[in-house]
Amino acid sequence: MTARAARLFLALSAARLFVEPAAAGEVPLSERRSGYEFMSRETRAMQDDDTGNPGTLWVLDGEALWKRKAGASDRACSDCHGDARESMKAVAARYPAFDPALRRPVNLEQRINACRVGRQKAPALAYESRDLLALTAYVTRQSRGLPINITIDARTRPFLEAGREAFFRRQGQLNLACAQCHDDHWSGKLAGSPITQAHPTGYPLYRLEWQGLGSLERRLRGCLTGLRAESYPYGAPELVDLELYLMWRANGMRMETPAVRP
Amino acid sequence: MARAVVTVPAQAKRGEIIEIKTLAAHAMETGFRRTQLGELIPRDIIRRFTCTYNGVEVYRVDLHPAVAANPLIAFTTTATETGTLSFQWVGDNGYSVTEIAAIRVE
Ligand code: HEC
Ligand code: HEC
Repeated sequence: MTARAARLFLALSAARLFVEPAAAGEVPLSERRSGYEFMSRETRAMQDDDTGNPGTLWVLDGEALWKRKAGASDRACSDCHGDARESMKAVAARYPAFDPALRRPVNLEQRINACRVGRQKAPALAYESRDLLALTAYVTRQSRGLPINITIDARTRPFLEAGREAFFRRQGQLNLACAQCHDDHWSGKLAGSPITQAHPTGYPLYRLEWQGLGSLERRLRGCLTGLRAESYPYGAPELVDLELYLMWRANGMRMETPAVRP
Repeated sequence: MARAVVTVPAQAKRGEIIEIKTLAAHAMETGFRRTQLGELIPRDIIRRFTCTYNGVEVYRVDLHPAVAANPLIAFTTTATETGTLSFQWVGDNGYSVTEIAAIRVE
């Protein structure tokens, strides 16, 4: 979030534009729009053309890492999973997913690190490190064009509800809820930027403001900081619950990874 | 990883104008930014990009600190003969990447 946008957050709340209660509800399926649809023609063209989409650089790095042996096991991801185009197809579209050992949902970065540590016997990759982003982008690329497919059962429902509760809860010094912007005012603008419906269809994605690839958690931390709320550390259960809710809320929308956003 | 990607048509007609696209992974650190403690972050940019076609230079750019990270450089040239296009990026701190692509011209 730019300083200008942060000031505008403040100005908006001071102007009491958001006085109505945050309970208008989720965006109906027929009205759901990806962030892509709010972008300029130039930024869309950048996403659409793999040869000009900078996210391609991470996808290619991820492909190389997929085949590289690592850790005390001296095994590569491909030694167990084979060709990612087959084995990882549609996998990212159902994450965060329930991890029986942890008895809670984990996001794709955490799932990949579980294989790094548990199967490859290698140290975990740091959140937002180039290698973890590259592997995540490569695995998620195998879901591009496929619909998000989160199924909720008795084990995951409490975490979905926690994420939903966080989305509708006013927080931070600005005392705003995610839903007030992303459900109730998604057609509006903030500091000239479209607010959008906050569908996580393109992560990890290349954000022009970041000048690099970043995860959904990085984006969420950005919005939380914008609310002047204290953010959660990467991998925190609160963030994964929010991710689960956002992915579930976008069920049926097509994956775009690696997307580009302003 | 010092990665670069080039996109060149695999074949073309003699005399045809072809589009070439290149993408290089690079932070393009301007040298003007400071850390939160006020220390200057040293400049680290790509300084020059060149493309040669069968050994003849057909395109060259000098890059400066205002260029965004991961620069996309797209340009056109005339397909003259079958052979090799060679691309080179060089920059601060010993950065140097070379990529080659074959083209068939008939
Ligand atoms: C020694 C074999 C082995 C290696 C090496 C390995 N994995 Fe796995 N991976 C598995 C097994 C077995 C499972 C499924 C069972 C489980 O839950 O652990 C799995 C599950 C996964 C899943 C979840 C799939 C799903 O359908 O939900 C992902 C994603 C994954 N691995 C990615 C990776 C990546 C990326 C690497 C390399 C960094 C890697 N794995 C390395 C054995 C391996
Ligand atoms: C005051 C309005 C506002 C609030 C409140 C807000 N955001 Fe955002 N959010 C934005 C704007 C504006 C963008 C567009 C990106 C930008 O900053 O340029 C955005 C972008 C996003 C995106 C990226 C969508 C994409 O296409 O990639 C996600 C996801 C998101 N927000 C989630 C959240 C969550 C979760 C919360 C609550 C913790 C939240 N936002 C609170 C204004 C808001």
